[in-house]
Amino acid sequence: MADKKWMPRWFYQLASPRWCYDITGKLLPLFAWAAALLLLGGTAWALAFAPADYQQGNSFRIIYIHVPSAILAQSCYMLMAIAGAVGLIWKMKVADMVAKCCAPIGASIAVLALATGAIWGKPTWGAWWVWDARLTSMLILLFLYFGVMALNSAIENQTTAAQSTAVLSLVGLVNIPIIKYSVEWWNTLHQPATFTLTERPAMPFEMWMPLLIMVLGFYCFFAVTVMLRLRNEIVTRERRSGWVKDLIQTQFR
Amino acid sequence: MTNSGAGEMFFWGVLKRDLLLSFRRKSDLVNPLIFFLMVASLFPLGVSPEPTFLAEVAPGVIWVAALLATLLSLDGLFRSDFEDGTLEQTLLSPQPLFLVVLAKVFAHWMMTGLALTLLSPLLAVMLFLPVEGMWGLMASLLLGTPTLSLIGAIGAALTVGLRKGGVLISLLVLPLYIPVLIFGTGAAQAAITGLPIAGFLALLGAILVLGLVLAPFAIAAALRISASS
Amino acid sequence: MGFESITDFLAMGGHGLYVWLSYAIALVVVVLNLMAPLRTKKQIHKEQARRLRREQSQI
Repeated sequence: MADKKWMPRWFYQLASPRWCYDITGKLLPLFAWAAALLLLGGTAWALAFAPADYQQGNSFRIIYIHVPSAILAQSCYMLMAIAGAVGLIWKMKVADMVAKCCAPIGASIAVLALATGAIWGKPTWGAWWVWDARLTSMLILLFLYFGVMALNSAIENQTTAAQSTAVLSLVGLVNIPIIKYSVEWWNTLHQPATFTLTERPAMPFEMWMPLLIMVLGFYCFFAVTVMLRLRNEIVTRERRSGWVKDLIQTQFR
Repeated sequence: MTNSGAGEMFFWGVLKRDLLLSFRRKSDLVNPLIFFLMVASLFPLGVSPEPTFLAEVAPGVIWVAALLATLLSLDGLFRSDFEDGTLEQTLLSPQPLFLVVLAKVFAHWMMTGLALTLLSPLLAVMLFLPVEGMWGLMASLLLGTPTLSLIGAIGAALTVGLRKGGVLISLLVLPLYIPVLIFGTGAAQAAITGLPIAGFLALLGAILVLGLVLAPFAIAAALRISASS
Repeated sequence: MGFESITDFLAMGGHGLYVWLSYAIALVVVVLNLMAPLRTKKQIHKEQARRLRREQSQI
């Protein structure tokens, strides 16, 4: 490999499933504690201590679920596409596995963002569903996730499935900004000047601080679930290698 | 110079071959058009035949019908080549895959997108689309349908090795079609109300250029992946 | 504390249903996302252990 000098060592270590299994084993408790503390603390602050919004009252508290999940759903798609690209270019198995793990998690988070958006819409707009630009974009993102998952499950060969979904998610990644722009334009055409759920003048500290905590908590939670799924994937694919056999035997003694 | 000349020859060769093949199998050519006609005529039957209502929804209905008709024709885009081994030979040949793909997509567009565009005035009359909107509709279809073929070809290339390609392609491709749908109907609606449509056509053109530059790479990569399994 | 009493807290100024429903759905999504991989993990390990035992008994 000529380009071996160009990459730092950890990049090549990442390519080793065993090294990944070990390092995620060490990181998991860290992230799990961080996620638990941030999410519990953030929820308590958001529900009980953050001030109510002067316009929307207490229904404003849904923002602390809706916004973090919306952000996370988008980041998750980005991670999936980037991991897929890394797997395509460097033929890195672990990257393929990460990309595969991202799809169902991202889809469920997108569902959460949509559900909270819809629930929030009821007291705010008086309807369970409004074709708001952000909600519509999120719905299309969910469709993109469905496409990736459908393709991945339709192809039996693991390598082919990973490569195909990587191409599809990269095409989706290129499309996301175009979709967002077009949906925003379409929305202004059909519903001029409705106020959006999350766009507001500068929030006071007691409002945005819990939001920041919740966003961080959601990211930590995401790291935990990805690592859990990744470790399963590694064990399944490497089941014939010696270290996995040792691992299974030591666990079941 | 000679090299690019050879490439050009090659492009036209593939294009001619694909056009000839689809002319020989007339059903492939005609079925999407009939489908287009049928879907559009379901709306007056299913919702209301009232002219004012139909005039309002006509651009959207025609665009959605064109989109679905394109979708229907995608499955066969690479399938016959894949099954008779032509695809594998093309992948092994020294000719740039980029050109082959572009020629095949262009042929597909001439058989579906262009034909749909030419057929659209008929539907526009049936759905009481105001005369002012006709040019906007046709121009938007002319600029938008090539993008539909390009994006759809990515889906077709990804699913070519699978037996249950049909529904799967729709799942992969439909969300990616949304921007074209939005700007396409936007152009037609703007034309009806007498607003300038140059902006919409420029946007559709920009998306088309982006697709022309990027999609062939994705299609070529997808074909290589599908053929390698 | 922004609320006078626990009933006040639960009512959320009339928006209790929406707020609590949102947080409940969030809880369900989080729990499901944690349960699913943990359950597959148990399944995989059990399966692999059985496979290993079978292989060893054959030798």
